[in-house]
Amino acid sequence: MADTKRTPLHGLHEELGARMTPFAGWEMPLQFAGVMSEHLHTRAAASLFDVSHMGQVVLRATDVAAALERLTPAAVIGLPEGRQRYALFTDENGGIIDDLMVANRGDHLFLVVNASRVDVDLAHMRENLPELEVEHLTDRALIALQGPGAERALARIAPEVAGMRFMDAAVVPMSGGELWVSRSGYTGEDGYEISVPAAEAEGLARSLLAMDEVEPAGLGARDSLRLEAGLCLHGQDIDETTTPIEADLAWSIQKARRRGGDRAGGFPGAERILDELENGPARRRVGLLPDGRAPMRAGTALYDGDVRVGEVTSGAYGPSIGRPMSMGYVDANRSAPGTALTGEVRGKRLPATVTELPFRPATYKR
Amino acid sequence: MKYTQEHEWLDLDGDIVTVGITEHASTQLGDIVFIELPEVGDIVKKGDEIVVIESVKAASDITAPLDGEIVEVNQSIVETPGKVNEDPESAWFFKIKVEDPTELDEHMDEDAYQEFIE
Repeated sequence: MADTKRTPLHGLHEELGARMTPFAGWEMPLQFAGVMSEHLHTRAAASLFDVSHMGQVVLRATDVAAALERLTPAAVIGLPEGRQRYALFTDENGGIIDDLMVANRGDHLFLVVNASRVDVDLAHMRENLPELEVEHLTDRALIALQGPGAERALARIAPEVAGMRFMDAAVVPMSGGELWVSRSGYTGEDGYEISVPAAEAEGLARSLLAMDEVEPAGLGARDSLRLEAGLCLHGQDIDETTTPIEADLAWSIQKARRRGGDRAGGFPGAERILDELENGPARRRVGLLPDGRAPMRAGTALYDGDVRVGEVTSGAYGPSIGRPMSMGYVDANRSAPGTALTGEVRGKRLPATVTELPFRPATYKR
Repeated sequence: MKYTQEHEWLDLDGDIVTVGITEHASTQLGDIVFIELPEVGDIVKKGDEIVVIESVKAASDITAPLDGEIVEVNQSIVETPGKVNEDPESAWFFKIKVEDPTELDEHMDEDAYQEFIE
């Protein structure tokens, strides 16, 4: 793994006995105590995830919100200062280049993008929005603290975070530099994502891990947690071949950007995307619960009788729901919750039922 | 006790071999969430994929370590797959009646297996 990058918490991971795995060019912790126990601990108390591999980007321009709206169907104009929003970069065909978080930080926007898409996203913004100053921050770590105990834990260090609501984004001054805190995450739990100067990251992580409720967790638990929460992983559940409407992410297209809105369209792929929004897509991302115990993993073909109607894009065992779970795409006329399908696992067609997402309701502090 | 390169342990009693997976294998797999066993009465050939194990990470299989007939399977690990992680030495998978118990000799003894996994 000569070319893999290491996060500022690498030494700490090794000290904690993490099993490491290459991910999007980074050497990341896959697990510490074990995926199942880390998953359950997150839902019961709080877990610390190193997500420093994700891209942190600052955008500046005289009219930065209007500029970014040329690349995303999300409303960025009107996003209040100190608030964050989920957004998609779309392409001319209506496909999804990446999904990301955008925070209004007053005189600039702060973006967090997927590790696997950093280079693509940076090139995309620089090419299409030349008036933008695009700064990729490589001197900051990103730590996610997730779970019902997250507020109490982080408030011991930064009391002001207790007053934040879901998707608030705040700057917390510290002795070693600012923490950029948002009340958000990728687990379906209440919690925070904390951007911290690289030199301060290990100290912050150690302070949090020293607290009774906080344990470290790796990418394995992060994946099963996000799947239970019905959240997409780019490159797996969404990519350039899926549109936001097919992916059931229409909620990320605010009214102002839809037909009849003040700023309708004006983003790549708008015609197809807004058309599908009105008339419905040909296929839809759905949840799927196998009736039996065998997980239906990514790539599992889905059938209605003898007709192939779709494919699983993510599948795993859900520790909190105590059964296997999948998400995938099915023909729109098979996407109603309760539809009985089969999935082909090792040559056998096993029953599964289309289900609403998420598998487990989110516990965000709204 | 004998061990295979697929990280199974084999315990011979007369012409019946009890088969499970090693501590090393269970640690590598991580939390096991699903196990599919062969049927009693199945005639299997060495190398046949006869067990499916799904962990929180991935699916894998284990193969028949010897030619023979499946004479018993451990349904309790199908009901509670986590038992295999808790105590892989006692959570056996299946028992196989072998025609030629000397076939076991080609598998590793404990020292050789320890060396194999190091």
